[in-house]
Amino acid sequence: MNRARASLARIAAIARKELHHLQRDRLTGGMVAGVPLMMTLLFGYAINQDVRHLRAGVADLSGSQRARWLVADAQASQVIDVVADAASVQELERKLVAGEISVGIAIPADFDRRRVDGDRPGAQLLVDGGDPVVLAAVRGLMALPLERRAGAPVREAPPRAFELRAYYNPERRSPVHIVPALCGVILTLTLVLFTAVAIVRERERGNLELLITTPVQTPELMVGKIAPYVAIGYLQVTLILLFGRFLFDVPIEGSLVSLYVATGSFVAAALTLGLLISTVAQTQFQAFQMAFVSFLPQILLSGFMFPFDGMPAPARWLAEVLPLTHFLRIVRGIVLRGASLADVLPEVEALLIFFSIAFALAVLRFRKRLD
Amino acid sequence: MTRELAVRTRGLTRRFGRVTAVDGVDLEIPRAAIYGFLGPNGSGKSTTIRMLCGLLTPSAGAATVLGLEVPRDAEKLRRKLGYMTQRFSLYEDLTIAENLAFLGEIYSLPAAPRRARIEQLLDEFHLRELRDQRAGTCSGGQRQRLALAGATLHEPELLFLDEPTSAVDPQSRRDFWETLYRLVERGTTILVSTHFMDEAERCHELAILDRGRVVAAGAPERLMREIDASVVEISGADLRAARAALERLPAVQSVAQLGTRLHALVDPAQAEPAAHIVAALRGAGVEAHVELARASLEDVFVAATRPHAARSAA
Repeated sequence: MNRARASLARIAAIARKELHHLQRDRLTGGMVAGVPLMMTLLFGYAINQDVRHLRAGVADLSGSQRARWLVADAQASQVIDVVADAASVQELERKLVAGEISVGIAIPADFDRRRVDGDRPGAQLLVDGGDPVVLAAVRGLMALPLERRAGAPVREAPPRAFELRAYYNPERRSPVHIVPALCGVILTLTLVLFTAVAIVRERERGNLELLITTPVQTPELMVGKIAPYVAIGYLQVTLILLFGRFLFDVPIEGSLVSLYVATGSFVAAALTLGLLISTVAQTQFQAFQMAFVSFLPQILLSGFMFPFDGMPAPARWLAEVLPLTHFLRIVRGIVLRGASLADVLPEVEALLIFFSIAFALAVLRFRKRLD
Repeated sequence: MTRELAVRTRGLTRRFGRVTAVDGVDLEIPRAAIYGFLGPNGSGKSTTIRMLCGLLTPSAGAATVLGLEVPRDAEKLRRKLGYMTQRFSLYEDLTIAENLAFLGEIYSLPAAPRRARIEQLLDEFHLRELRDQRAGTCSGGQRQRLALAGATLHEPELLFLDEPTSAVDPQSRRDFWETLYRLVERGTTILVSTHFMDEAERCHELAILDRGRVVAAGAPERLMREIDASVVEISGADLRAARAALERLPAVQSVAQLGTRLHALVDPAQAEPAAHIVAALRGAGVEAHVELARASLEDVFVAATRPHAARSAA
């Protein structure tokens, strides 16, 4: 019992010391609040998969009133802004190559006849297909109803196989999708870095040689190093959710208590990943590099950048190992879909398993020796 | 005569790759005394201390510290050992009081005695006015006092000090040694490494290390008394010429300048060493005053490290 008390006291001593460091290290202190604010603003405003206002050029070879109505309708959809006129399809292609426009509308001379025939398409869209997101947005233009003003014979709309009903984000606003996920990305970025340098910094500054001659035990050192950052992780999650709520009107459907409980497992996993890096790296610079290398696959494979289900199987297997993948399911589930803690329990379990293995490895790798 | 030993090593060896930093060291360090390691940089002082602390695993040999075997029982020793590293190893961004409080907590001192002990140390090491100053902004001497205060906070039985005075001024060094004597009076055993002769002379016993080996060991007075050479002191106007003349003599082991005099170490087999030197100088036409002298610790050091140097040069 007494030994447990002494052990807790040593953990508290390490944790308090870490807080002192943090207080005096302005850069790291700034990262705690600055990174969430900056990233939320940046991603909230800049990442927008609901593409609008693409620059477009028009080559109207028909010169007909109906062709002008078509262009006006397309412009009214806000998907494109007509910024250039071209005399020929070739000129349109040149502008596309030069990057002046990303969409070209080619209207053939016999546009009016094609409208009446109805079995050939009326006009052509030339798209810079390099960016799939742009291509998908322009595809939306193809559904533009020409019947209204462009004067095609009134026909019955073809029967549709599906009717679409979007749950949870009916307005298709990107921030709603991105801001909760940002919690995970920002925590991954900052927490892994905080602990990745934690031990290697002591090694570089010579503190470790003294620390390992004291009675402190390796697991105590590790827990003491992590503990203050758990609080910081929660602070960051809170900040991001507040920014999301007030800047981007991101609703929180589920229970905050569930979210905070589940977040604990992710914070622990991310911090322990950093700690493991810290026991491998020899210098702080190496620790930074390794943290970065661990960061990229998490961003790319977790489902933050691309939908998880669309990835090939090996990528999905790898993604299942990464903490961020599981946290994104948790945070999107609870924040966007109102999932309960029980719904996301498998993800919490996966994170706890990751934490346990990484912690054991970190403790095993760390030696109270210099050789 | 059996005396109580704090440290005993047999054939202690440590290799780093192909370099042998410590080579078959046998030590017997008595309790409640100051034991010195004297040697140049790279002679294996720090490596030996680190092995005795349990920080480095010996490549060969055995070491017993306070009756426990290292590195096997190193964890059991933690509370009984104090270690002042060569490089300042407390936290520069913590204040002096915070550093001491941290160490006190790590060593599980209960709150009330811990605070009392820290107050006592602040007075004893003249750190009271600096208590809220960050360690990184303190001078070399202040940091050294803090480091020693930290190493003695938990009142260890055995204190390892690795070149504790290399970054401090002479006054601080004198004060520092006064503190060490006070600690020894209370029963602490101190092992201190140094490359200063005057500091080595203050130790109760010392070992001279050279390239990882102990080349001489014992009380400084005894080492000076029993030096394996005759010491001849030469003073005069042209010491450079005198030195050149003496270095050619086969009976002269070495010549070293100490201020305005030369010390020549002469083979103990040489009868009448002073007369031998006088004759040699007269032969070379150098005017000088010659007399037999008492060996200094530096003479001991030179004599002890010389044969080894000759051997490895051959």
